[in-house]
Amino acid sequence: MPQTLFEKVWNAHLVRPESDETPAVLAIDLHLIHEVTSPQAFTLLRERGLRVRHPERTLATMDHNTPTTPRDANGVIPVTDPQARAQLSQLEQNCAEFGIPLYALGTENNGIVHVVGPEQGLTQPGLTMVCGDSHTSTHGAFGALAFGIGTSEVGHVLATQCLLQSRPRTFAIQVNGQLQPGVTAKDIILAIIATIGVGGGTGYVVEYTGEAIRALSMEERMTICNMSIEGGARAGMIAPDDTTIEYVAGRPFAPKGRAWDAAVERWRTLPTDEGATYDRTITLDASTLAPMITYGTNPGMGIPITESVPDPASLDDPGARLTLDKSLRYMGLIPGQRMIGHPVDVVFIGSCTNSRISDLRQAANLMRGRTVAPGVRVMVVPGSQQVKKQAEAEGLHQVFLSAGAEWREAGCSMCLGMNGDQLKPRQYAVSTSNRNFEGRQGPGGRTFLASPLTAAAAALTGVITDVRTMLS
Amino acid sequence: MEPITTFTAKAIALPIDNIDTDQIIPARFLKATDKQGMGDALFADWRFDAAGNPRPDFVLNHPEAAGAEVLVAGHNFGCGSSREHAPWALRGHGFKAVISTYFADIFRNNALKNGLLPVTVDAETYRQLVSLCEEGMGTTVTIDLTSLILTLNEGNRQVAFPIDSFARYCLLNGIDQLGFLLQQEEAIAAYEAEHPALVQTIA
Repeated sequence: MPQTLFEKVWNAHLVRPESDETPAVLAIDLHLIHEVTSPQAFTLLRERGLRVRHPERTLATMDHNTPTTPRDANGVIPVTDPQARAQLSQLEQNCAEFGIPLYALGTENNGIVHVVGPEQGLTQPGLTMVCGDSHTSTHGAFGALAFGIGTSEVGHVLATQCLLQSRPRTFAIQVNGQLQPGVTAKDIILAIIATIGVGGGTGYVVEYTGEAIRALSMEERMTICNMSIEGGARAGMIAPDDTTIEYVAGRPFAPKGRAWDAAVERWRTLPTDEGATYDRTITLDASTLAPMITYGTNPGMGIPITESVPDPASLDDPGARLTLDKSLRYMGLIPGQRMIGHPVDVVFIGSCTNSRISDLRQAANLMRGRTVAPGVRVMVVPGSQQVKKQAEAEGLHQVFLSAGAEWREAGCSMCLGMNGDQLKPRQYAVSTSNRNFEGRQGPGGRTFLASPLTAAAAALTGVITDVRTMLS
Repeated sequence: MEPITTFTAKAIALPIDNIDTDQIIPARFLKATDKQGMGDALFADWRFDAAGNPRPDFVLNHPEAAGAEVLVAGHNFGCGSSREHAPWALRGHGFKAVISTYFADIFRNNALKNGLLPVTVDAETYRQLVSLCEEGMGTTVTIDLTSLILTLNEGNRQVAFPIDSFARYCLLNGIDQLGFLLQQEEAIAAYEAEHPALVQTIA
């Protein structure tokens, strides 16, 4: 029987299938952990006297609760927050005790967990991958089944390298056509979430298909899969192809020699078979998309940048009306107001959605030889130390610094406002991150989600800008 | 874990759709390495102003919210981050159940592992619950996990609610899911014998 990509990966990892009474026992190939959602899981192991079953299938990094401020004279990134210091040293201690490799803060391979995995060649087609972070969906760009889990489940995987799971349904999102200049992968995924809504993918694993997806680079595909969870889907997947295989080849943890040939042969069998069916399918046309921007307080509240803020009065459902009204009051926006021209205080270019080298190149290309608008704070935060090194080798940091932007150390930074990088109350940010929830980037802060290109345009003009008017 | 069978409790309503886990507990409260004190941070930015004073218009700050153990909340509750701190905060504050028309996946999974019942109801029941809460400054409900029946004690209504059968079994018997998983050792070992590691993090 023809199978989808998801079904092939799922079936290959069934230790025990689902029954009427019990969920499936799913084997996990790779477990990524970080300092914020793992400490209580290690406590659970100690309480039960359990070991980590496969430390060699586990990798830890520090990213969420880490400062991105400059290194001191000794080359160390200073951690001044005592709670952060305690949490980071707890991770260090846990990794040492249980034998788990750790990319500690500031070391050469440190960075955001979802940047590090692919960069090191650990993320590979056909794997099952989990992490105590909802943006684990990122790794699905390689044709892995990758999803976020809670801390109890982090404990389950540490102890057994398995997870109890009910089988999700399948959802194909086919994106046809070709993107227009100035429109990017970020705009595709924001348009998808605006279409299906923030709960539209709940219970599904999404597979992104179609000509527009096939044309994307791996880093662009990661941007798409990263935000699957913002549409409610725990995982998003893209079938591996030549683009995938070329990206993985030669990376530190990629298979080598004959093992590489065998792996490629296996990966070639993963794409969805002709005639396989999905539980749900939608189709979008990439050629009709414009740069997207969000106006509200969830990622589904996005519109083409040329459009105006919607009116709660136009909604039939009273609950939805109340929710939109509350959002607009928080955002300080008026129904019918145009988004273009709205002032911006901060621009944040970074996060597991858009902090890879191609994101930084795009922003730098627009900012080269230009100057940040007066009064606007622009933070450029590479996703990892490796991305930082590459960007510096290409001179991108000089482009940002000359324009008047900040060039910072790697980490999650202002995506989630827990590490010192925060908006001030009432500030407006154009952010390349993934969530515009109330207070997400700092209490009272107001976020417009957009692509790195749109963010760079806002950095230069100080207002929300249609980047297409700035492209030569 | 304490077994859960049936309980009757006061419910209050927060009728906002898409309440995300950053609202339930903002990220800056995720720096702890244990589960203590999470209840104090529940809905921190909605409950307290910048100076830390309670906002009088927020439902949890109303005098009648005292002792409430059930939260009635809008569609797609718990979307966003995978932080288990969200159910820890709700439990820490004293909530035993959330009633909504829809729950985000990861939140629902996390809630069930912490003795917090995600009770899914139809839109009409939800609207009635919100009205009862708003008219009566809270309302009393009975949640029976044995029969999977929610009773609106003041609304003369009984509705069935679904819950994952394995999670229900664990909750009714007060056993945790890790125990079940550890019992699968034989099957896990057999799987691993046939499936060598596809990737290793230690060279």
